[in-house]
Amino acid sequence: MARKKIPAPAADTAEALSTTEEKIFYASQWRLMWWKFRKHKVAVIAGFVIALMYLGAIFAPFIAPYGPTHRDRGNIYVPPQKIRFWDENGFSLRPFIHPLKVTTDWETFQKVYTEDTSRRIYIRFFVRGKSNDDQYKLFGLFKSNIHLFGVDEGYIHLFGTDDLGRDVFSRVMYGGQISMSIGLAGVFLSLILGLILGGISGYYGGVVDNIIQRLIEVIRSFPQIPLWMALSAAIPPDISPKLVYFGITIILSFIGWTALGRQIRSKVLALKNEDFIVAARLAGTSEPKIILTHLIPSFMSHVIASLTLSIPSMILAETSLSFLGIGLRAPVVSWGVMLQQAQNVHTISMAPWLLIPGVFVIIYVLAFNFLGDGLRDAADPYGN
Amino acid sequence: MNPKNILEVRDLVVKFKLSEGIVHAVNGVSYDVPEGKSIGIVGESGCGKTVSSYALNRLLPPYATLSGQILFRQQDGNIIDIAKLKPEGREIRAIRGRDIAMIFQEPMTSLSPVHTICNQISEALILFQGMTKKQARNRTIELLKLVGIPQAERRVDEYPFQFSGGMRQRAMIAMALARNPRVLIADEPTTALDVTLQAQVLSLIQDLQNRFNLSMILITHALGVVAHMVETVNIMYLGRIVETGPTMEIFEEPLHPYTQGLLQSIPKLTGRLGERVSSIPGSVPSAYDIPKGCPFEARCKHRMEICREEMPKPVTVGSEHTVYCHLYTGREAARDAANA
Amino acid sequence: MLQMPDDVILQVTGLKKYFPIESGFLLKKVLGHVKAVDDVSFTVRKGKTLGLVGESGCGKTTIARTVIRAYDPTAGTILFRSRDGVVDMAKAEKKDLKRIRRDMQMIFQDPYSSLNPRMPIMEIVAEPMKAHGVPKSVYEERVAELLKLVGLRPEYMRRFPHSFSGGQRQRIGVARALALNPSLILADEPVSALDVSVQAQVLNLLLDLQEQLGLTYLFISHDLSVVRYLCDQVAVMYLGRIVEIADVDRLYENPTHPYTSALLGAVPDANPKASWRPHDVVKGEIGKATADIKGCAFAPRCPFAKPECLEQVPELISVDPVNPEAQKSACLFARELSLPGVSTA
Repeated sequence: MARKKIPAPAADTAEALSTTEEKIFYASQWRLMWWKFRKHKVAVIAGFVIALMYLGAIFAPFIAPYGPTHRDRGNIYVPPQKIRFWDENGFSLRPFIHPLKVTTDWETFQKVYTEDTSRRIYIRFFVRGKSNDDQYKLFGLFKSNIHLFGVDEGYIHLFGTDDLGRDVFSRVMYGGQISMSIGLAGVFLSLILGLILGGISGYYGGVVDNIIQRLIEVIRSFPQIPLWMALSAAIPPDISPKLVYFGITIILSFIGWTALGRQIRSKVLALKNEDFIVAARLAGTSEPKIILTHLIPSFMSHVIASLTLSIPSMILAETSLSFLGIGLRAPVVSWGVMLQQAQNVHTISMAPWLLIPGVFVIIYVLAFNFLGDGLRDAADPYGN
Repeated sequence: MNPKNILEVRDLVVKFKLSEGIVHAVNGVSYDVPEGKSIGIVGESGCGKTVSSYALNRLLPPYATLSGQILFRQQDGNIIDIAKLKPEGREIRAIRGRDIAMIFQEPMTSLSPVHTICNQISEALILFQGMTKKQARNRTIELLKLVGIPQAERRVDEYPFQFSGGMRQRAMIAMALARNPRVLIADEPTTALDVTLQAQVLSLIQDLQNRFNLSMILITHALGVVAHMVETVNIMYLGRIVETGPTMEIFEEPLHPYTQGLLQSIPKLTGRLGERVSSIPGSVPSAYDIPKGCPFEARCKHRMEICREEMPKPVTVGSEHTVYCHLYTGREAARDAANA
Repeated sequence: MLQMPDDVILQVTGLKKYFPIESGFLLKKVLGHVKAVDDVSFTVRKGKTLGLVGESGCGKTTIARTVIRAYDPTAGTILFRSRDGVVDMAKAEKKDLKRIRRDMQMIFQDPYSSLNPRMPIMEIVAEPMKAHGVPKSVYEERVAELLKLVGLRPEYMRRFPHSFSGGQRQRIGVARALALNPSLILADEPVSALDVSVQAQVLNLLLDLQEQLGLTYLFISHDLSVVRYLCDQVAVMYLGRIVEIADVDRLYENPTHPYTSALLGAVPDANPKASWRPHDVVKGEIGKATADIKGCAFAPRCPFAKPECLEQVPELISVDPVNPEAQKSACLFARELSLPGVSTA
């Protein structure tokens, strides 16, 4: 081995960077967070699930074969129908369903549905709706009556029908629009309230801080359900369902902001004496600029993570309120409103498919919890 | 095992498996602890000095892997390889509780905030020395007096938070002594303290070490502290020992370029205004991918091509002075030839 | 117009900073005060360095933060020579502070918390310039120049702080402090968070910059060894007060305050042959800054304390009749005691 001398290193050693190191060195906070988040496989999957659910909600009128109020009068309490590719007559590339035969059980006076396996009804795609009830305006703009799938003869009820013969699948789709947006809107409102009140509380401190903190304590010390009931009693019963929706959002965020407000306060409190904030102040940077360029970016990632974790509680709150009959009311369709129909034991034993909206609530809540977990871990990419 | 030694570490390797990759924290470290003597392990942050000493008590997190030998001579003369013990087994717990005691930089890592000092110290006495509660309490007060805590009879019933920083450090030392240990590992015991307190605590440790004939491993980044506290110094860099020798020799005639650089870069009380302290260029590289050659190669002013390729073999220059550097390979042979 | 001798850049007189201790649920009640800085006076001359040393809690950092008005002083004057003339920082209006601080900047101890991890180096170093309305075309060039000045490659400017080691981060902090061409730099323990081998790099950088740019430093440190290389004059602090202030060599070789001597004796020098006196180092621990101390704050720990030490607060008075500014000590027996210092032998 050569013992030849090679030049001594310079004072500022020029490191030969590998491309990955190079990439990391130039990476901003959000990119580092993404790299860290990516490693959290469950959270990534949860993210996909949530994206799918929201896509479903956006295109609900198109995906749903029927409108939310469309009644298949002859078919109430139809159990979910199976999509089939084969039957006793063999395999078919096109999916089909069997039509239903209705008989009456003379002992219980209940309608009993059985599949007529001798006949096939093929599912067709991009079909026109059956009636005016199925018309919709996509994004509130484009009037249309084309649906993703449907059948020519009779009806298709993937999740069955309810007591009025309405298609549960379609209603779950429409209900998702309301339920999943109420969470977002509620969280958005709490974010604004939490940012402003928590931010002021932490940044200015003193008397203002004291008042806001006591206010939070008072709000949080109310038992939740009576508080909801009192607040929703304040919503006049004769106003339009849209206004009720807004009323409910405001109620939910009125309580929801307190946790966030506290969290933001403690972050601001810790950050405002960080050396880099002091340095910015000494450099002559104005207070609003410090808040915008240093403070908010420093805690935003944490806030997003905890927002994600608080969305489930919003949707659960909406569901509970509607389930108790003090939230949204028919004719508005939400998962909570739908579950209200499944309140009695009789219905559950007779038509368990009416609980399907509950399954969606569970999936949605779980997915957000996993996503929030991943985001929380990724929120501080600088820690070890 | 050399009969002089109480502890011999051979080819110790510790790796941490993290999601970011494998951290090579300790990378083939060997040293001896002679009975009743004190040795120092010195290096900058991230050199592996703390990890290598935690390995002696098997106090490593579960994602760490350990290989090599840690030979320990037990009280009854039996030699046991600590590296082979089960990490949570009865044997290692007995060694931790009796033979090898540790004191830390932050006393609150070993003191529980919810128990009184008396309860914490007497626990070990009752458990490992079979004392009664009353005996243990009296012994605890004795120990507190020994480490210089005033009004020990009263303070023994206080909680750690009622103690000041220096007093907590003393209480932790008392707790370590309660086990009648044969080896004391002191991990940066005074780094968090101010100079006057540092001096108090160090002189206390020195007294106790002499009085109880403890074998001590002192881990620190402060060369000033080792200069006055230990007989043998091991200099670590990036998971390896680069030089080892008697304290006087290391300070008077450092051989490894890193040791030389380190010693020259320390500001001294006898400095001059405006004088430039020589510094080592660059900074310590990350322990994710360690070089296959000499760990100091990237910052060394004497580096040669061979340094990048091959880890230097130990070269023994004095009776106990060993350096791991290619500059000195062949020097041993030359000296032997000269002697012959 | 305020007046100061021409060669003085900073003159602090009777500076006090008390922090209230509050308690109460809704209405806060002041229970007492922490006297972080209690009646401190010193001057810093142009192009020189004054070192403030002491153990944690002695008030040295509070002084720096009060001088730059990150804290408002409780009492005292802080005369500072800015480019617009002499101003009293203690009384300066908030709106004037921005202009004055162009001439007075700070370097922080922690190289990690002092740089916003979410900003590229370019933005961090340019921040003072942006705040003062320097256009982008100008400050981009200036940032490159500053990075070169502190020994970093200008190509690094688009990188984020996490790609730099502690020493390099500290250089970035220095570059930011120099951005507006200040005359006075307050350096708050700038090397104590760094590894030994890197610490020297930053110390030398500070010395080089002082020579190149004629900077004045107020250097805060707990490490007496570091101070010796950098400071022309050193003030030793204990519990919010200066106990001794002297030219650097005099302080190290002939300390006149028992606390100074104790500090010097406590430092273990990296030389096994050097004297280290841990055994005669002062006993006990630093007291609380809340108590009303009647006499000398160090008296309870002082091996030479006499009854009169507990009676009156000793004033900081000169111990050298020939050159009164060279050494002042706040010990009643400063002239009588013969205390060990550091021997150069």
